[in-house]
Amino acid sequence: MNSASILIIDDEVQIRKLLTITLESYNYHVQAAVNAKDGLTAVANHPPDLVLLDLGLPDESGHEVLRHLREWYTHPIIILSVQSTEEDIVKALDNGANDYLIKPFRTGELMARIRSALRKAATDENNSTAEFGDLVIDYAARIIKKNGAIIKVTATEYSLLALMAKNEGKVLTHQYLLNQIWGTSYTNESQYLRVFVAQLRKKIETDPNRPVHIITESRVGYRFVAK
Amino acid sequence: MLHDIFYNPPKKTQYLISIIAVLSVVGIGLALHNLIGYRVVAFLLLVTVSILALFLEIVPVIIAAVLSALLWDLLFIPPRFTFAIGTTEDRFLLLMYFIIALIHAVLTYKIKQVQKEVRLREEKSKAIKFYNTLLNSLSHELRTPITTIIGATDNLMNAEKLSEKDKTELLSEISIASLRLNQQVENLLSMSRLESGILQLKKDWCDVGELVYTTLNRFEPAISNYKVSVFIPENLPLFKLDYGLMEQVLHNLISNGLQHNAEGTDLVINVDCVEEKLLITISDSGKGFPEKEIHKVFDKFYRVQGSRSGGTGLGLSIVRGFIEAHHGTVTLANLPLRGALFTIEIPTEISYINRLKNE
Repeated sequence: MNSASILIIDDEVQIRKLLTITLESYNYHVQAAVNAKDGLTAVANHPPDLVLLDLGLPDESGHEVLRHLREWYTHPIIILSVQSTEEDIVKALDNGANDYLIKPFRTGELMARIRSALRKAATDENNSTAEFGDLVIDYAARIIKKNGAIIKVTATEYSLLALMAKNEGKVLTHQYLLNQIWGTSYTNESQYLRVFVAQLRKKIETDPNRPVHIITESRVGYRFVAK
Repeated sequence: MLHDIFYNPPKKTQYLISIIAVLSVVGIGLALHNLIGYRVVAFLLLVTVSILALFLEIVPVIIAAVLSALLWDLLFIPPRFTFAIGTTEDRFLLLMYFIIALIHAVLTYKIKQVQKEVRLREEKSKAIKFYNTLLNSLSHELRTPITTIIGATDNLMNAEKLSEKDKTELLSEISIASLRLNQQVENLLSMSRLESGILQLKKDWCDVGELVYTTLNRFEPAISNYKVSVFIPENLPLFKLDYGLMEQVLHNLISNGLQHNAEGTDLVINVDCVEEKLLITISDSGKGFPEKEIHKVFDKFYRVQGSRSGGTGLGLSIVRGFIEAHHGTVTLANLPLRGALFTIEIPTEISYINRLKNE
């Protein structure tokens, strides 16, 4: 069923073993590399559909590997890290990582992120409408529907939601969202983002206090999820 | 402050004090020596040197001793205004003066050394006591889940004897134990960040309503067995806070509430803006805290006597550490009828931008 190939770059033998067994049981083809050098060679020789990259590698920082890979490799890269400082995560996301998971993570979470990243990669076409569970976004008509009914949103609310939806499953950092929607002079005006996210949640979420579409990623940003 | 001035003045000040003290007493001696005679002046100077020895270091005291001996000889011992000394008696007296002054300096120095050693030893034994508490608490709270994991996996490797139900149960024990282990490690890391002083606040605008619900939702499904109510005013402003730290503060307080109270207990969270400050209260309808121990709950490694296991006694001290890092306060009180009430107050920047109607 799944025939996507995944490359694990992690120096810890236990993590490699765990991930290999888990991913193979979900029918992915798995390759593993123990350091940055082997990882880069493996990607060059047999480009995988997705890379799971640990940030703390012995020979070179994962950030460097990410930078090298993003010079030519366009498939999803998910960061695995024990360093939970948000600077690290934001840096990795800004350098082109699609997603991140902090060790220890649950298997269900890992599989969901992998699926989402692969699906995103497969359906990156410019469809004019997209469906996200109970939400439908018509990009051509700039209309949002929830359970078939049109939801009235302001122009900024629409732009924000459309941007997040087009990056479904991917964490968008506060700075990125502020830059894209309000412009570079608003990079530090995060209060606007807070207000608009709260307003959007009131309109599109069934229970704004238990959001299922716009998920908060503490200190990093927001993630749009189809549900 | 007084203590600092007397016991630890800087070197330069010490020299200044000793010279000024000797010169002043010499001045007094000059004024009075017709009345009291030059030998009484020697005693005055000796008393001065002794007093100096009480709070100055050895070198300034020796300087005071030498200076006072020379000045006494020069200005008081007949023939005056020469270093020459007229009688053998006076020569003897000057020598004795000098020896007594020196003995004073040396004795005081030795006493101070002993005091220093005692203080160091006390600090050391305090540190040892602290680490013993740490080790006791840690070895219990870390070893229990590790023992569970090792034991359960050993059992699972000899799986022939186990029923499917047993296997499932062992697996779920492993899962619970590792989550518990993870929580302890999380707490230890937070505590070491606090202790090392490297904690730096990253304040940003926070929607506190979102913060509260995000944290609450992380306790699903356990929290659905409690009666949780949240009160947040519709037009609550945004507050500038460190989101990550505040999330952990709320997490630890809610976790504390769940851990110490039976299922079905009320848990009430109130958020408000009072006098430009963020006010969060978390109360429950449980049995509250022992009144005598309430002042200790935020101390490191404090655990309520006879409380259920699962905590290192770090959770609430992390709460206090993170709140104080925000220059705020956190207090605990028992409610008049039943239950406990935690009150957090944080003075911080606020923004009412969310009250403006957009576009």
